[in-house]
Amino acid sequence: MAAHAHTAAAQPAILNEVNPTPFPRVILVENNRSFGWVTEKICGIIEGKTPTWWWVCFILACCVASFTVIGITYLVATGVGVWGHANPVNWAWDIVNFVFWIGIGHAGTLISAILCLLRQKWRTSINRAAEAMTIFAVVCAGIFPLFHVGRAWFAWYLFPIPNSNAIWQNYRSPLEWDVFAVSTYGTVSVLFWYVGLLPDLAILRDRFFRAGNKVRSFCYGFFALGWRGSNRHWSNYEMAYLILAGVSTPLVLSVHTIVSFDFAVSLLPGWHTTIFPPYFVAGAIFSGFGMVITLMLPLRAIYGLQDLITQYHIDCMCKIILATGTIVGYAYGIEFFIAWYGANPNEGFAFINRAFGHYAWAYWIMVSCNVITPQFFWFKKVRENTALVWILSIFVNVGMWFERFVIIVTSLARDFLPSSWGYYSPSIVEIFTFFGTFGVFSVLFLLFIRFLPVMPMAEIKSVMPQADVHGHDHHGTDALAKDHH
Amino acid sequence: MSAKPYGLIATFDTTPSVYHAAEQVRDAGYKKWDCITPFPVHGLDKAMGLKRSHVPKFSLAGGIIGFTLGMSLIFWSSYIDYPLIVGGKPYFSPLFAFPVSYELCILFTAFATIGGMLFLNGLPQHYHPVLKSDKILSGMDDKFHIVIESADPKFDLTQTRVLLEKAGGKDIQELEA
Repeated sequence: MAAHAHTAAAQPAILNEVNPTPFPRVILVENNRSFGWVTEKICGIIEGKTPTWWWVCFILACCVASFTVIGITYLVATGVGVWGHANPVNWAWDIVNFVFWIGIGHAGTLISAILCLLRQKWRTSINRAAEAMTIFAVVCAGIFPLFHVGRAWFAWYLFPIPNSNAIWQNYRSPLEWDVFAVSTYGTVSVLFWYVGLLPDLAILRDRFFRAGNKVRSFCYGFFALGWRGSNRHWSNYEMAYLILAGVSTPLVLSVHTIVSFDFAVSLLPGWHTTIFPPYFVAGAIFSGFGMVITLMLPLRAIYGLQDLITQYHIDCMCKIILATGTIVGYAYGIEFFIAWYGANPNEGFAFINRAFGHYAWAYWIMVSCNVITPQFFWFKKVRENTALVWILSIFVNVGMWFERFVIIVTSLARDFLPSSWGYYSPSIVEIFTFFGTFGVFSVLFLLFIRFLPVMPMAEIKSVMPQADVHGHDHHGTDALAKDHH
Repeated sequence: MSAKPYGLIATFDTTPSVYHAAEQVRDAGYKKWDCITPFPVHGLDKAMGLKRSHVPKFSLAGGIIGFTLGMSLIFWSSYIDYPLIVGGKPYFSPLFAFPVSYELCILFTAFATIGGMLFLNGLPQHYHPVLKSDKILSGMDDKFHIVIESADPKFDLTQTRVLLEKAGGKDIQELEA
């Protein structure tokens, strides 16, 4: 008792100041690199000679992309009937591919916006490429609904532009919401990406100018808008970046929520469920991180970026895949539970049919890729095996494509009227068109890594220990206390 | 250089050195001066005595305009211009109009934020003395600079140079206007 009273006297009940526990800072750039090294490394990719592998990949990607061009040309010339849609499955690969690509894009926004708000500094090494991935994925996604409308030249009817019929869009329709959500998403992603690029374009402008390459200096300089690293500018820039991150976060969540409304607002068993918005968002982030790993690991190996994309970065991404993959797995389970618990025979049938009906093969591919694959990431040994991580990321991509296929096609193929039940198979035109979008994506991504800095140099520098104005020996409390001023 | 220079530029090698120098320039009472840094240096705003950025005001205005535009567009088109009964529902309800207005709110906020940031920064800018100086190359790379403009009332070629030297600035040069 006496001892207790003694300590109470020595330590007031309310402390004047509470210091956070000092945590050692994670090293985000390995091997104690300097600011100059970061500039040289990343600018070197652009300034160096075009590597042979780049040309090989680029030509190959162009060939693959031509499949989309041919598929679309044939569709426009003939009619939307060249795709395999028929009653009752009038929505199939087009919407599957749309949701697949749009979902991939979401990881880019998650990394650039949500992780920015959460002060996850490891995002800096991967955000540029992930945002580029977002934009190119949205481009690929947009192709499908645009051409599924049949007469793509009337696609402008989707926007509130006065037309000769003098009627307006039906704003009660989730499909109309989707038009606004996806076009806003595409636009804001491009803006966010461009704002991030601004300081890096200025570096390239000055480097090319000093190297005597006036043409390239002009091109980068044109888009750098006269950026000069002024701290008065940085002050506004940082604020603008924070606000963009702040609005992109509800945007990315709303986009996939609205995409899920395309289904959830209908009355079809298997679609008409309230779990869809969170389930779709988790799935989108899951698939997007799968794609980020698929793209970043080869990039890291080819350009020797191991000091910038460290094992810590890979660990973080694997853990996000694990978390979101587990949410997705939980959602699969809950869907079955609710189908049983809701005691609606149609709903119950839709789910039994999903797992054991004609499309059971697709369902089990989905489950094994999306539920089992991420569980490997519990193990440090797996996360440290780069090749294995890459292979698992491919499984994630495949699994998430099948998820959309299962949701969309199995629900439609067995609708309310057994007389109209059918079995959908894609036509060769659809397969070509989808296959080609990987080429479209790769062409854009290859152009990006050739001509634009793959990592945000300014942002990476700002998270290096040398960037600390109080000297880089003060980690932990000191640095944390500073953040609050 | 016979013409009056734009100002003086001093180089600093490390983040702490430019931070402390900025504090000294601020305390000396200069107003028209700037730091050139390759990345946003945390805490430098305070060391320079900068106030909070005005960008959020633009963002808020953009957001309000976007949301109002969405709601009024849907109200006008489905209630006034061409009333049409769809599914026996009312002509207008803020609920079904919400998703589109929400997206437009975000779209306009994003444009206003970036527009506001560029406007406040005076960008795009075709020419600036700092860009003409050779120092911009290292300023974008790994060095830090402080520029004090000759337009500042306190500017004096000798005394300002002394201040920058005392603050630890190296390689102090006159910037051609």
